[in-house]
Amino acid sequence: MSGLLKSSIARKVVMALSGLFLVFFLGQHFVINITSVIAPDTFNSWSHFMGYNPLVQYILQPILIAGVIVHFVMGIGLELQNNRARSVKYAKYKGSANASWISRNMIITGLVVLAFLGLHMYDFWVHEMAYKYIEANPEDPTRYYEETVYKFEPIWRTVLYILAFVLLAMHLLHGFASSFQTMGVNNKYSPAIQTFTKIYAIAIPLGFAFIAIYHHLNPITH
Amino acid sequence: MKLNLKIWRQKDAGSKGKMMDYTIDGIDGDMSFLEMMDVLNEDLINKGEEPIEFDHDCREGICGSCSLQINGEPHGPDRLVTTCQLHMRKFSDGDTIVIEPFRAKAFPVIKDLIVDRSAFDRIQQAGGYISINTSGNTQDANSIPIEKENADDAFYAAACIGCGACVAACKNASAMLFTSAKVSQYALLPQGQVEATERVQNMVRQMDLEGFGNCTNTGACEVECPKGISLENIARMNREYLAANIKG
Repeated sequence: MSGLLKSSIARKVVMALSGLFLVFFLGQHFVINITSVIAPDTFNSWSHFMGYNPLVQYILQPILIAGVIVHFVMGIGLELQNNRARSVKYAKYKGSANASWISRNMIITGLVVLAFLGLHMYDFWVHEMAYKYIEANPEDPTRYYEETVYKFEPIWRTVLYILAFVLLAMHLLHGFASSFQTMGVNNKYSPAIQTFTKIYAIAIPLGFAFIAIYHHLNPITH
Repeated sequence: MKLNLKIWRQKDAGSKGKMMDYTIDGIDGDMSFLEMMDVLNEDLINKGEEPIEFDHDCREGICGSCSLQINGEPHGPDRLVTTCQLHMRKFSDGDTIVIEPFRAKAFPVIKDLIVDRSAFDRIQQAGGYISINTSGNTQDANSIPIEKENADDAFYAAACIGCGACVAACKNASAMLFTSAKVSQYALLPQGQVEATERVQNMVRQMDLEGFGNCTNTGACEVECPKGISLENIARMNREYLAANIKG
């Protein structure tokens, strides 16, 4: 198995599978978050379920964190290996002639998304862990909507989130479709798959950006 | 046509090379790129300087010998042609042309613009063959029915001339397009099934051992390939590789 994981194709498959898992997670994350705009009570009850259900907390959450770590560590490893494969660089390299900027700079968009994840974890996950396990507050199924809206009150955070969503869309535009090619899917269905991945890559981050802007423009006033 | 050339000069594999400037005049648009290089070398020889070494053989676009990274692209700005089939009419009077060897750790420079592409030979030797004896007992071509689509795809994959433009174009110096073309041309035919499992495993292992980078599906290789080898071959190789490892 360790021998197999040294193979370039096996590593790429790990990247593709972890990426597809994260894409799927992103979709369900969006479905929950959009309820904060259209049905705050539903948002509260779903968030409470996610925050206190043992299966979500002790099984799915660690799997998700592992997925992010695997995708990041493997991505960095492949990037370093790829850099070593051309130790003497070209004096003139016209990458734009044959490949898109997005496909050539996944490491940049990926690292920005990772940096955003740091801020995002600090904003929500660290706060949530402290609320539940350090401060040991009692369960309050009605707090999530207000907490979320409050987070988007400062313009700087809203802008940073939107910027991250733009970079996320760029990352997904190449990565989502690319994962199918890596898994060996390149057939008559590929144009349809490509179209779906591109719509998803733009629609989901756009939706997240909409949620952030909506909450920024509609603060809770007491 | 008068041109300014910036060309990589390197004495031998162990020396440090550098870009050198040359000016050339009287180049006709109907000349091939290699004929332009011939004219430059004639000038250098007449001046008592050492000519620039570059690979070439058939000069008909079928042997895969010529290489050259021209203005940042393997085989230059034209599509579906090798350097020998690139014509000077693609350039304009007064242009500056940057000419470098194909760059990859697995393609070390031997001298000037010549690189050692024997890594491709070793990948081919690792599995790019069939054990069926075809000498002296050749069967009728139609005795084994093969789907037209498969026959066509195998033929297109076999059109790879192993020039290395895919590696040169790829930002990761990956040899996936070459290797996948060589895997595909057998994987699609019944004669290739005997060694199918070991073939893809051995060729991918050799490709990795040579120090090529990993494919990130940018598609640069497909765009720059003088023979139009498709990315479908890479997907097919990935399928073959996964199936081979699941079979064990």
